Amino acid sequence: MEFFRIKHDIPFMKHALVFNVISLLTFLLAVFFLATRGLNLGVDFRGGTVIEISYTHAADLSRVRAAIDKMNLGEFAVQTFGSATSALIRLPLKEGVSTAQLSERVMAALRADDPGVTQQRVEFVGPQVGKELYENGALALLLVSFGIVAYLAFRFEWRFAVSAIIANLHDVIIILGFFALFQWEFSLPVLAAVLAVLGYSVNESVVIADRIRENFRKMRKASVPQVINSAITSTLSRTIITHGCTLMMVLSIFFFGGETLHHFALALAIGICFGIYSSALVMASLVMWLGVSREDLVKPDKKSGPAGAEKILP
Amino acid sequence: MNRYPAWKYILIAVALVVGIFYTLPNFFPEVPAVQVSTSKASVKIDAGTLQTVEDALKAANVSFSGALLDSTGVKVRLPDPDTQLKARDVLQQKFGDNYIVALNLLSTSPRWLASIGALPMYLGLDLRGGVHFLLQVDMKAALDKAADRYLTDIRSLLRDKKVLYSGIAREGQNVAVRFRDSGERNKAYNEISGAFPDLQLNNVDAGGDFKLIGGLKPEAQKRIQEGAVQQNITILRNRVNELGVAEPIVQQQGADRVVVQLPGVQDTTRAKDIIGRTASLEIRMVDDDPTAQQMAAAGQVPLGDDKLTEPSGTPILVKRQVVLTGDRISDAQPGFDGRTNEPAVHVNLDSAGARIFKELTRENVNKRMAILLVEKGKAEVITAPVIREEIGGGRVQISGRMNTREANDIALLMRAGALAAPMEIVEERTVGPSLGKDNIEKGFDSVLYGFAALAIFICAYYMLMGIISTISLAVNLLLLIAILSMLQATLTLPGIAAVALTLGMAIDANVLINERIREELRWGDTPHAAIQAGYERAWNTILDSNVTTLIAGLALLIFGSGPVRGFAVVHCLGIMTSMFSAVFVSRGLVALVYGGRKKLEKISIGQIWKPAAGAA
Repeated sequence: MEFFRIKHDIPFMKHALVFNVISLLTFLLAVFFLATRGLNLGVDFRGGTVIEISYTHAADLSRVRAAIDKMNLGEFAVQTFGSATSALIRLPLKEGVSTAQLSERVMAALRADDPGVTQQRVEFVGPQVGKELYENGALALLLVSFGIVAYLAFRFEWRFAVSAIIANLHDVIIILGFFALFQWEFSLPVLAAVLAVLGYSVNESVVIADRIRENFRKMRKASVPQVINSAITSTLSRTIITHGCTLMMVLSIFFFGGETLHHFALALAIGICFGIYSSALVMASLVMWLGVSREDLVKPDKKSGPAGAEKILP
Repeated sequence: MNRYPAWKYILIAVALVVGIFYTLPNFFPEVPAVQVSTSKASVKIDAGTLQTVEDALKAANVSFSGALLDSTGVKVRLPDPDTQLKARDVLQQKFGDNYIVALNLLSTSPRWLASIGALPMYLGLDLRGGVHFLLQVDMKAALDKAADRYLTDIRSLLRDKKVLYSGIAREGQNVAVRFRDSGERNKAYNEISGAFPDLQLNNVDAGGDFKLIGGLKPEAQKRIQEGAVQQNITILRNRVNELGVAEPIVQQQGADRVVVQLPGVQDTTRAKDIIGRTASLEIRMVDDDPTAQQMAAAGQVPLGDDKLTEPSGTPILVKRQVVLTGDRISDAQPGFDGRTNEPAVHVNLDSAGARIFKELTRENVNKRMAILLVEKGKAEVITAPVIREEIGGGRVQISGRMNTREANDIALLMRAGALAAPMEIVEERTVGPSLGKDNIEKGFDSVLYGFAALAIFICAYYMLMGIISTISLAVNLLLLIAILSMLQATLTLPGIAAVALTLGMAIDANVLINERIREELRWGDTPHAAIQAGYERAWNTILDSNVTTLIAGLALLIFGSGPVRGFAVVHCLGIMTSMFSAVFVSRGLVALVYGGRKKLEKISIGQIWKPAAGAA
């Protein structure tokens, strides 16, 4: 089997501007949704209580709601979770009520309503802890970005580092944009997925950057866009097959991993899809705009380098 | 060509054997067990204990499939959960208070595996069920309490030394003593600074008032705060031990937080009750003054009193002034009155507590004192005994009007109730056991199906090279599980997801290599040269791309908490094992398959399409 039968290098860089405009638009759209709708922060970051309950029969949400409503706990939400027999109750933070009491009280009320209810899970996060988790998440994102820039700058060149991190942060923003648009819950595992995507798509950029460097060595006469086009084309099959494989795994988590990992897998899937695009097209064209040249990557041999001799001439 | 040095094969073989041994324990099912251990240094668990356990179970006709002694205690394997509960009851009765009898699960893996340290993976709370609490120690309250203690101490010091003062009060976290003249104040200054070196003393003169303000020095504050956290941890450990949990974790986190994890706890309500109890213990005098009683009966509580109810239900008036706090109590044990043989509680006080108590009892013979459990501002009377005589030496016996069970409860409350500072639950994660089991299944399924789909595709696409890739991916999985078992790192549901994800990402290295080999073949390289070049050229890329992924993983490890940290651990380890398996193992396999042949016509790597042939 061979999926990719490409005769000539695809002139990606000819359309670099188009790709950049497209990614700028998606990026702005994502920022727009983030700004207008905001992230639906989960209990991990916002604080509050989540109780997962299950019944032996299908859960009657309206009865659950009615039972909790009587307790006067402020705004709460009840939804089915995973299967029809399970339900998830979200309760906001309330001053002066300790979590231990709160979940016990809710369970007592539900038990009075229907003795067949069992408590599967309780998560409570206090406001202070939520804030810290949020800050730590932001710090982790920052640390990852800096780490990657530093490593790429060391292994390649600053242009690659900057382009790669812009391209991949653009992926991150787009994932967040999706979460804002659909108001999916943004929880700690989703944050982990976002950071994993960041590391993973940088993978992608590294593979292409590697090939660009190699091509600069091999294709002495070729122009910069030609070199980049060739690099993208020759890594294209690998890019798509690898991403397809990873996506298979992620979809397996999505379908079999249960409700808890649902959004985690979703974030990964979006990140992987956009990762292909951003590494191949955004990162490479950014490198080009930033004016990468052969001598940036191929250290000229001072004694007898034809490449070194060539570049002095105008 | 493409021969592989013997030492590399040996390395691979060693890795595989070790991997298999350490992965093995995970395949043996767990059976219900009961564990007998102790938290007391004075109690020894040895072969004698093991014998006692076996005898007790035999005597009670409880069938068990084996008992063993290890570093944590005696563990008994039981056929089913019902017998497990029965065995626990039997052993609890037999061993009593000095031992912890807990329900546990025990792997059925053979003894020799455990003896080389091969244990099943350590499952996180979201997989095995249990409770996780993060408690915050109220540091301000700890300092307030310290100030309260200094206030009492300074008062008795000044009385002892006959220094005249006109008033003493707590102002925030300082103690302010007022004097009529500066002479007395100077005397007090010298006495106090001599007796309490931790206090920073300042003279303040305001409106003819001579004040001496004592505040804690910063280093003393720090010491008190650290001490408060430590004391609370000790108390939490005691409370947890009362619960009978097999492998509890009680740990300090940061400056003022404590993590409590109770894996496998079934009765989460009770755990919460006991852990979350933010009570502190106070001893106050009972106001039995008839006029006060009459006022209270008329519905008007006298100033300086609290109206509470005794456990029996009768109302009681208790003075607001605290004479002794729970942190002066060093121990409380149930027992019997030496003379009447009635159930009693024996309380030991520390030296300062003993002095105060002596004074208190001398002045209040035949009056009642109340022992209160104060929880979030609400006081509950544990018991209100009558003081019969002056009690010195700090050994106090509370008896009368209680049965053995009540004596037990009071002792437990007095022992465990004395927190140095109140604590609040700031994070809680409780997972029911059935949900945990469910999570394991789901996690396992997602790895299994994902891996199967991946393997089918890769084998179809790259033929023999695909099979090699799949084998090296399987080796990766094996090594990852082996390392996780070896390190006893906590496996969580996101951790299992990370296993799946890592496999999905690890295939990248194989794809890179295979694509590279195809490309080299396309440009007309001989098969041997293509393999060589493929692995060599791909290596740089694999290294770079894995380092960046590792950076993300490490950041998560540093900043992540709970389940996310579980994800990060697996992710980071998976990257390492994938580099080993993709480069070493698959290269070794290729050399094994193709290396021996001198003239290699073709590599089974799927169809190679050549543009030149197409154009012709």
